[in-house]
Amino acid sequence: MTDIASGAAPATRTSRPPPRGEAGAIGWLRKNLFGGVGDGLTTIVLLALLVWGLWGFVEWAVVNANFSAKSGPECTANSPGGACWAFVRDKYRLIFFGTFPFEQHWRPLFACIALFAMLIASCDRRFWNWRLAVIWLAGSGVALTLMFGGVFGLSFVETSSWGGLPVTLILATYGLAFAFPLGILAALGRRSKLPLIKSLCVGYIELIRGVPLISLLIMASVMLPLFLPSGFTIDKFLRALVAVVLFAGAYIAEIVRGGLQAIPKGQYEAADALGLGYARKTFFIVLPQALQVVIPPLVNTFVGFFKDTSLVLIIGIFDLLNAGEQAIVDRNWSGFANEIHVFLAMVYFVMCFAMSRYSKYLERELNKGVRR
Amino acid sequence: MALMTAATATAPRVPPWNDPVLRGWAFQVLVVGLFGLLVLFLVQNTLDNLERQKIASGFDFMDKEAGFEIGDTIIEYSAASSYGRAILVGIVNTLRVAVLGIVLATILGALVGIGRLSSNWLLAKICEVYVEAFRNVPLLLWLLLIAKFIRESLPGPRAVADKGLFDAIFLTNRGLYVPVPLDHPAWAWMGLAALVAIGIGWAVRRWARARQDATGQQFPVFLTFAGLIVGLPFVVWLLGGAPVGLSVPKLAGFNFAGGSVLQPEFVALLVGLTLYTSAFVAEIVRSGILAVHRGQTEAAMAIGLSRGQVMRLVLLPQALRVIVPPMTSQYLNITKNSSLAIAIGYPDLVASINVTINQTGQAIEGILIIMVAYLSVSLSISLFMNWYNKRIALVER
Repeated sequence: MTDIASGAAPATRTSRPPPRGEAGAIGWLRKNLFGGVGDGLTTIVLLALLVWGLWGFVEWAVVNANFSAKSGPECTANSPGGACWAFVRDKYRLIFFGTFPFEQHWRPLFACIALFAMLIASCDRRFWNWRLAVIWLAGSGVALTLMFGGVFGLSFVETSSWGGLPVTLILATYGLAFAFPLGILAALGRRSKLPLIKSLCVGYIELIRGVPLISLLIMASVMLPLFLPSGFTIDKFLRALVAVVLFAGAYIAEIVRGGLQAIPKGQYEAADALGLGYARKTFFIVLPQALQVVIPPLVNTFVGFFKDTSLVLIIGIFDLLNAGEQAIVDRNWSGFANEIHVFLAMVYFVMCFAMSRYSKYLERELNKGVRR
Repeated sequence: MALMTAATATAPRVPPWNDPVLRGWAFQVLVVGLFGLLVLFLVQNTLDNLERQKIASGFDFMDKEAGFEIGDTIIEYSAASSYGRAILVGIVNTLRVAVLGIVLATILGALVGIGRLSSNWLLAKICEVYVEAFRNVPLLLWLLLIAKFIRESLPGPRAVADKGLFDAIFLTNRGLYVPVPLDHPAWAWMGLAALVAIGIGWAVRRWARARQDATGQQFPVFLTFAGLIVGLPFVVWLLGGAPVGLSVPKLAGFNFAGGSVLQPEFVALLVGLTLYTSAFVAEIVRSGILAVHRGQTEAAMAIGLSRGQVMRLVLLPQALRVIVPPMTSQYLNITKNSSLAIAIGYPDLVASINVTINQTGQAIEGILIIMVAYLSVSLSISLFMNWYNKRIALVER
């Protein structure tokens, strides 16, 4: 026993270190940046361009920037050739909360926090059961109560005064939440063997996917009032939401259809063999598997719709982007549109980037059992 | 025989409410009936509303005088033209920006996508940052940013008069000024010569292919084609008297005269669409190339193909199969996204129709035109891409 143990003890063979210039920082540089003459030249040219471009931006955004001016002309006088971040500082409440009554801005703030909390909680797979419904009911209840008011001593605020981040969040979240069942129904209908149902669903999906979202939004804002009985009006915000739901429904339907097609035929046949009817087969066998497959692309779609909600600007709803545009037209600060746009781009980027990273993570997580 | 009749006789009679075929039809009739009722309700409301608001329906308004100017058009148009003409201008403008956008986004996206796979770490990282930056910010924000930047932050014509590229191309807050060749009959003949060159090249390719199949001898098809497409128009140019006249933009007073100008809205829309879509194209190209198994490259190298041949004959045909379907939807997206032009004031189809709707109140007709126009463009792109996809698809037994 001891013999074996001693025999198995590794002989003291010291491996020689790798040749110099193959390991460590220099090795990395040689491998990744200066692999050959062409590679080295590319690196040098890119580095020069990068330094030149970045320095220009940093000079504008940081070195020469002004953070404290009280008006546009003061910015121009104090820091020529620099960004006027004082403009953003002056306007950030308008950008985030729009024309919501100024002294009540805590309400949209907490509504946003509630919505964010709800969305972040929905990302956790441990809550993917009945708890999700509770989370959504609670989150939506808090957010909508805060936004609308009219109870608990909060004054009532009309949707026309809503603006900024909560509008973007509400349009994206509820647009997708309502579009989800619609999309599932359309996808099931498209796969149905009943010819009339199938053609109805194909018509809806292809029509919506063939036209731009703007045309639906314009339709919702000018044509929907014509469709309704006289004297009956719907709120502009709700009309935009209807357009977003109809639009998103068609795209979700196509994604869900992909999931439905990915399920082996044996699953359907097994359900039939068990004697399950269409409804039970669909809800207990088919949909749970199909939806599991399409969760990552659905999150990607959510990123897309989150960006697309900015289009409501065109029919005059004050979402995050439009609130920024309202800030730009201020006469006191004319000529500093770039600052607001760059700021908005960063806000959108942070949210969309986080979501797309989450979708990538989810894809890895959900595929763990399949891939290997 | 007796057994069969016995089996059919003993099969339980299905009551009509449990017969799947009957139930299917009943369900369909119910759904379609409800849908029909909804449509009827909406149509009735619409007719009532139109009558009450005294809006005439129909397409008569198309012949009336539009009365609004369009700043950027490549076909003849004035305020005295009809609404129909204004809408046609919009369609032409939409197609112009969409086609250019598709071409530019494909080229840029392919470069960035290949760049992300580069062994050069810096290049790969820059391409990755590019992709993430452009696809995580709304297109509309990019468009507004670029349009405002061109309008407000670029210098005016006087300031850049001595800073042009080759003293001929000027980027100002009034648009991009580029030189154009002076009118000369030789240009048209050169275009014709190029077409002829393409025709001959195609014939040569067919002949070379047939010969290679029969004898195994190769023919430098690509070089011949390149020579033809450059050489033939060049010969025509020489024969036509070698015109060299260029109309170059020159500062005259406060603005440039001569040359041609691309309006700032057009430049903003084209740049925005190209940059945004190229980020998506890059990801598609990257995943397409990654989808081809490594062994394919190694096998191709092992049988002695050159790097170019490996790319052209082995990698690209396989990668394209993965790339083409998602690329189709990106091309459709560019076409549909060009409708964001309305936000930055480029007169595309939706913008023209929006003015028309506001002036005439013909909302239903206007929206109908938008939908039909985009649907037909979408369907044509789909059909073409499906045809192309079928052509390059893997042929299996």
